[in-house]
Amino acid sequence: MEIIRPDVYTPQEADIAEGKLINSFVENCTSQYPDPDKWLDEAIHRNMLLTTVDAAVAWARQRSIFPLIFGTACCAFEMIAASGPSFVLSRFGMDIIRFSPRQADVMMIAGTITWKMATAARMIYDQMPEPKWVIAVGACAISGGTFRESYSVVPGVNRIMPVDVYIPGCPPRPEAMIHGVNRLHAKIVKGTIDNPNLALK
Amino acid sequence: MTVAVNTEETGKKIAEAIPGSVVSSDKESLTVDSKALAQVADFLKNTPELEFDYLTVLTAVDYLDYFEVVYRLVSLRNNQSLMLKTRVYGRENLTVPSVTGIWRAAYYQEREIFDLLGIKFEGHPDLRRLLLWEGFKGHPLRRDYL
Repeated sequence: MEIIRPDVYTPQEADIAEGKLINSFVENCTSQYPDPDKWLDEAIHRNMLLTTVDAAVAWARQRSIFPLIFGTACCAFEMIAASGPSFVLSRFGMDIIRFSPRQADVMMIAGTITWKMATAARMIYDQMPEPKWVIAVGACAISGGTFRESYSVVPGVNRIMPVDVYIPGCPPRPEAMIHGVNRLHAKIVKGTIDNPNLALK
Repeated sequence: MTVAVNTEETGKKIAEAIPGSVVSSDKESLTVDSKALAQVADFLKNTPELEFDYLTVLTAVDYLDYFEVVYRLVSLRNNQSLMLKTRVYGRENLTVPSVTGIWRAAYYQEREIFDLLGIKFEGHPDLRRLLLWEGFKGHPLRRDYL
């Protein structure tokens, strides 16, 4: 049975078309594009890269965040999925998930926080070295979620610690988790040496 | 699966051994007087043809007029189960004898019931709040809470 594919060139026709394209490149690409760094002098141009200290430090911080896992409910599993092979959170510099607050930069609170747990969460937050950031993952961490009216649940972790990024969802998808991490990067880039996490003063 | 024991026959046995202890017995459960609960529990555990040696669930229910403490017992040797209940009337100063000495599994569950429903278990070695913190006002699983 013969397959008719009228839109497809024969090999000879494809070769001819490619040859024409290459010839047009050879004829037209005669001049160079101007060098965007032409205004620098020769020594700097070859050996140096100019930036501000703030920008360099913020850039380095942005791409090497160690997250502290603080999963108390189902959102933690989405976080585990986000760091797993399908969604690879380590593409964004969050390579090593830390279980010690002293080695972590960002605390990802995933799940319901009860008042009894709130003291432990605040203690862990206090143990993290500066600069530190907090991501509230899921409805329960943001506002208490379904359990907001309950006698034992904290209605939002921003009552016990400052929160930088809120990721809504019940639970949020791993893509949402990655988006939240990107938003955090956008915030870190704006930070300066003396106020890295843009805290209110 | 365990087979539910015939509660009416078991109720008769208990009533013979400990007079005045059984309040009522229907097809599903056996209700006993709370004053005789410790004796009944000891009888259920140590009588050879009953031998309820395993307490799977201990919980309590608020019926507004009274509280009902529910014990779900299983005999691993005879492959039988029994629902034992006891009632305690009123809203304040509720006391039920503890069965921690008979079934060790009751330790934490009695603490939980004390925490959430405010029923005191006499004879419990360390009756403190389990889930909520010291200083919490009220007992949240009561129906008149809030």
